[in-house]
Amino acid sequence: MSIKKNYLRPIDFKHGHIDMTHGAGGRASAQLIDELFARAFDNAYLRQGHDGALLPLPSEGRLVMAVDGHVISPLFFPGGDIGCLSVHGTVNDVAMSGAKPLYLAASFIIEEGFPLADLKRIVDSMAAAALEAGVPIVTGDTKVVEKGKGDGVFISTTGVGIAPPGLCIDGRSARVGDAILVSGTLGEHGVAVMSLRESLAFDTAIESDTAALHTLVQSMLQALPNPSDLHVLRDPTRGGLATTLNEITRQSQVGMMVDEAAIPVLPQVDAACELLGLDPLYVANEGKLIAICAPEVADTLLSAMRAHPLGQGAQRIGTVIEDSHCFVQMNTKFGGRRVVDWLSGEQLPRIC
Amino acid sequence: MCLALPARVVELLPKLRAIVDLGGVRKEVSIDLVDDAQTDDYVIVHVGYAIGKIDPEEAQRTLALFAELSAAQNTLQPSQNMREML
Amino acid sequence: MKYIDEFRDGDSARRIAAKIAAEVRPDTSYSFMEFCGGHTHAISRYGITGMLPPNVRMIHGPGCPVCVLPIGRIDLAISLALDRGVMICTYGDTMRVPASDSLSLIKAKARGADIRMVYSAHDALTLAEQHPDREVVFLAIGFETTTPPTALVLRDAKARDVRNFSVLCCHVLTPSAITHILESAEVRQLGTVPIDGFIGPAHVSIVIGSQPYEHFAEEYRKPVVITGFEPLDVMQGILMLVRQVNAGRAVVENEFSRAVTPEGNLAAQKLVSQVFELRESFEWRGLGEVPYSALKIRPEFAAWDAERKFELHYTSVPDHKQCECGAILRGVKRPADCKLFGTVCTPESPMGSCMVSNEGACAAHYSYGRFRDVARVDIAQAAITSIAK
Repeated sequence: MSIKKNYLRPIDFKHGHIDMTHGAGGRASAQLIDELFARAFDNAYLRQGHDGALLPLPSEGRLVMAVDGHVISPLFFPGGDIGCLSVHGTVNDVAMSGAKPLYLAASFIIEEGFPLADLKRIVDSMAAAALEAGVPIVTGDTKVVEKGKGDGVFISTTGVGIAPPGLCIDGRSARVGDAILVSGTLGEHGVAVMSLRESLAFDTAIESDTAALHTLVQSMLQALPNPSDLHVLRDPTRGGLATTLNEITRQSQVGMMVDEAAIPVLPQVDAACELLGLDPLYVANEGKLIAICAPEVADTLLSAMRAHPLGQGAQRIGTVIEDSHCFVQMNTKFGGRRVVDWLSGEQLPRIC
Repeated sequence: MCLALPARVVELLPKLRAIVDLGGVRKEVSIDLVDDAQTDDYVIVHVGYAIGKIDPEEAQRTLALFAELSAAQNTLQPSQNMREML
Repeated sequence: MKYIDEFRDGDSARRIAAKIAAEVRPDTSYSFMEFCGGHTHAISRYGITGMLPPNVRMIHGPGCPVCVLPIGRIDLAISLALDRGVMICTYGDTMRVPASDSLSLIKAKARGADIRMVYSAHDALTLAEQHPDREVVFLAIGFETTTPPTALVLRDAKARDVRNFSVLCCHVLTPSAITHILESAEVRQLGTVPIDGFIGPAHVSIVIGSQPYEHFAEEYRKPVVITGFEPLDVMQGILMLVRQVNAGRAVVENEFSRAVTPEGNLAAQKLVSQVFELRESFEWRGLGEVPYSALKIRPEFAAWDAERKFELHYTSVPDHKQCECGAILRGVKRPADCKLFGTVCTPESPMGSCMVSNEGACAAHYSYGRFRDVARVDIAQAAITSIAK
């Protein structure tokens, strides 16, 4: 896309900053959209240039829509940034219904004074993530707030997708006897972010696991002779595995029994959690999923997951049981048993 | 009382500070309270300060205690068990 | 993780559990108080209660510095922040302790108070140096393990003459608390709380050594086993107590010999005595006024003592009428005995401090153990054995 003749000069992405004119809707806004967002996200729908995008929809299946706001701080962390996180997060939310994500919309609320170099870095990261996932960003919006009224940048992404007809994957569908699977090691995203605060250094850096999981979900569904044997899919983001399992037990009115020894956690994540006073079960993940399925297909699903790059560490961690109290119980590595409860409030590191 | 962990001293730093390693994770702490700590010593770290050292021989002795053969012990009468552990 | 993983080994756990089961006398009941919150947490987190024979009962003691911090002390910190614009630095656990007017430090933060969570006392001093235009107060809580770091920070603040930094000292002492419990009516006269022995604190003992406990063993004829925090340590400590009780002995034994010596960390003790002195009395939440149980800052460091600097006056504030934290901290009641437990009082909305800290008896029970209050869940053996290939 070439610079139009009636613009004064190209945006200085190295040294420039966002100011109120970039959100005012006038020439400066248009220039920012053209030179930054449209250039990075470029696709046929975006080029339509309407306020909203005109999109084709497949003739069958059900529409799935998801929205996520991203307010993470710091904006840049080992393994990712708020940009790719906002793409992966919403793609994953759509994928957790078994749907194929089709389109994304992105809204930016930027604080006055935010460095354009950082904004470009974030936008480029989003563009790369969307391209890799094969899910274009087809429409968007930009607003600017006064200095002090934002935290650098907030990003909200909405995603739509199509779920095949007849598929019923949701939190209410777990059944007694079902197998509980996770797609890989837990706790990396939360530890990567928290370790910045504590200036922890690692032998091999712990990086956020942020990733788009929709192709993993598709290969899982394709591996099943009867896709309706996959009952629940959910990604354990804020609050970690523990919170997500508790949500499901309450929605499905069941209990769970998990085996601590089976829950995969990298040794360095374990060590970092010890040092930070955190429990890995409650730490956020951004590139993992929990699958609950009929027991007879557990092995098939595990094989399919392990054959996919994002599911290589997949493990079966437990079983759904009958329990009117909806507890998630865990057999500890040590030999005793405990309840794995909801996260209460924010997980504050302990001194004691 | 508190959350304190054994970590290995990997590097001594000026002003009574050190870098310690726990399972591959490194952190800078104060060794002001254990100023004779050396590289490869294990110190116990609490809220960013080393408060004591691990004695490797005592640690081994304690582990050996846990691993006492159980077969004989299972039939041992309580009154026979007078082992001093101080 | 060396010196951690070996002390969490499941096979050794089963071995020790079998020994305990074999050695307890069927006609005797054993009640041991674990003083430290860290032990309470370990017992709950690893499910140790379920591995002990039914006639061995663990009583949770008041060794959780967050749990025993009275409402009035938190009020002082909140008032400094909200009314006088002071930056309050504190450890994470303290932030949610419920105080007066339905406030806590974290709720005060939502109202605009500048409350910062720090991992280390050192961070608080650094913040003071980074913000020379602000008054910074470090809310110092903790038993003898946590006191030396505060002493170091005060020493450094004085040496570097950091005038905008001060400490609100709420450090408390372990032996005084143990004495107070042993002297209490329930233990001494009424026998409502039978205590046959103590699982002694781990990290406090690294600092103060094993010698201070000999007094309890002799004077009160109660065995004390200083025990490490890993679950194998705890089980071994319980076994050693069972053996002492069976043999009619009451001495101090040191299971945590890899880190605890008889005299402790002398350098740390010396530093603490240079910076702090004993308070004649200090209110503990749940225990009331306990003599010579807490520390205050010495006059030489007056300029860094927040109580002197801001002319703070402590006002005692009673707990919620139905809150049983006091009884629970003394081991008289169990969490499930409290009418508020699990209904009004939960980790999301704690009414008392036992529910706030992860190692408070109520929080530990709620998070890890309350499934035992309900009928045992019937689990098919096949479900467990089929898990995890």
